[in-house]
Amino acid sequence: MKVTGKAFKYGDNVDTDVIIPARYLNSSDPEHLRQHCMEDIDADFAGTVSKGDIMVAGKNFGCGSSREHAPVAIKASGISLVIAESFARIFFRNCINVGLAILECPEAAKAIEQGDTVSADFDTGIIENVTKNEKYQSKPFPDFINGIIRSGGLVEYTKEKSGI
Amino acid sequence: MGMTITQKILADHAGLSEVKAGDLIEAKLDYVLGNDVTTPPAIKIFKQMGSDKVFDKDRVCLIQDHFTPNKDIKSAELCKTMRCFAREQEVSHFYELGRREMGIEHVILPDNGIVFPGDMVIGADSHTCTYGALCAFSTGVGSTDLACAMARGVTWFRVPEAIKVILKGSFNKYVTGKDLILHLIGMIGVDGALYKSIEFEGEGLKSISMAGRLTICNMAIECGAKNAVFPFDEYTLRYIAKTNPKRFAASDYKIYTADEDAEYAQTIEIDLSEIPLTVALPSIPSNTRKAEDCRDLKIDQVVIGSCTNGRLEDIGAAAEIFKGLKVNENVRCIIIPGSQQIYRYALEAGWLRIFDDAGCVISTPTCGPCLGGHMGVLAKGERCVSTTNRNFVGRMGDTGSEVILSGVPVAVASAVLGRVGTPDEL
Repeated sequence: MKVTGKAFKYGDNVDTDVIIPARYLNSSDPEHLRQHCMEDIDADFAGTVSKGDIMVAGKNFGCGSSREHAPVAIKASGISLVIAESFARIFFRNCINVGLAILECPEAAKAIEQGDTVSADFDTGIIENVTKNEKYQSKPFPDFINGIIRSGGLVEYTKEKSGI
Repeated sequence: MGMTITQKILADHAGLSEVKAGDLIEAKLDYVLGNDVTTPPAIKIFKQMGSDKVFDKDRVCLIQDHFTPNKDIKSAELCKTMRCFAREQEVSHFYELGRREMGIEHVILPDNGIVFPGDMVIGADSHTCTYGALCAFSTGVGSTDLACAMARGVTWFRVPEAIKVILKGSFNKYVTGKDLILHLIGMIGVDGALYKSIEFEGEGLKSISMAGRLTICNMAIECGAKNAVFPFDEYTLRYIAKTNPKRFAASDYKIYTADEDAEYAQTIEIDLSEIPLTVALPSIPSNTRKAEDCRDLKIDQVVIGSCTNGRLEDIGAAAEIFKGLKVNENVRCIIIPGSQQIYRYALEAGWLRIFDDAGCVISTPTCGPCLGGHMGVLAKGERCVSTTNRNFVGRMGDTGSEVILSGVPVAVASAVLGRVGTPDEL
């Protein structure tokens, strides 16, 4: 599975309170969450992101609250992949469960800049910076994790596997 | 090879004699927890999966505490969804607002004697790591994991590596578990324990009350930890004997100890007598300073409460320092007892009278302002000293507002002084 899009770049320790502020947690509707995604650190994000775009960040992305609303908001925005130096533990688990693709790759996270066109292949873990003509190797997920992401999340994956 | 306390609890619940860091295991859960923000999406997923019954109605805890009493129509709908589900599933640990068992999730699960040593708990709330104070394993997950765990009573884990924190000496006056955990986060950073467990040991443990241990484990997530755990000792014993005498008398719990040759990725030594009254300045919990070095920071609000510092000992300590004093004319001070039991105790002990005389707002138990929900949201340019756990951008309100984290003594002193201050100044 391969994705391509332009990069939205953020720093270290992006927390789930800025990904989706608690004042919007009175609903878990993806469309509602999409409208406010990243609002507190990047007010223009919801208006400028296009389907397929890629989010790139530093260390400990998604730290803080366990709200699954955070990866749901990013996914609903059209983001096809989040690349970071590292992910906070609960966020990492939530991304896989809701089917938001993520790759840990310090090299890519450092080199990619805002607006770069980036593509990534989940099966090989190769990330390509089309703008800079550079390639970075991340560790690909095992097949079953890629399977969950391809299905659209753990629920869909479970349903597919059990024939519901 | 030896195992840590966390590894032993995980192994036992997975039916394995041994696990090592990095292993992926499926483990049985003793309790599964959700709140009014995370449970409604989980209920939707639970139904989508075609599940019709929770795995055990006595082992699912559904606690409405974040936006309660409901702040708006949407949050009322969230609680209604949860209430209907709890009734339909006959969930025993669902309580209505105002009832004696009710309160903030991480205050009542230990205080009501639900969680015991050796238990394995997941909760769709990042501060679920609190119960490690009782020598249990507990960690936060998201709503999908909650849904699957409600259905099956099991979940998968990656066995974590551990950091050992050896505590020496004893706390100075007014210094508490909150100062220790802020200090530790300041030392190792907000990702210093990422994916790992933190295990405390050493003679310094004697200086840390059960309330302090719950505060410390509560904030383990703020340095990225999967869980934190204190060894079982006489403090644990006394606490559980009181919270659930029946389960205690039946010896229905298991004491886990770390092996001598358990492996630790890192060992940190801390002398408790060297820990100052500590604050974390905006906008990250690792931005720690000595409270006494921040005296020029004027404030608009103080919040005393939350799953971090809303326990009986915290509210009692606040009353003790507030006695005979007044909240500064430029400050609103909001006191939130963590549960109805604590509220009642505070009423009978005369603490609420002290707060009222001082000019404080006294709230019903709720997470409320901690996450900028309600009961004390900040306007642009306002600054709050808070005993809560996060000071991220916009956490308590406008993105132009600020939260400074502290323990109870600094919060009370700051409320009186109208700026960051310490109790010795009063």
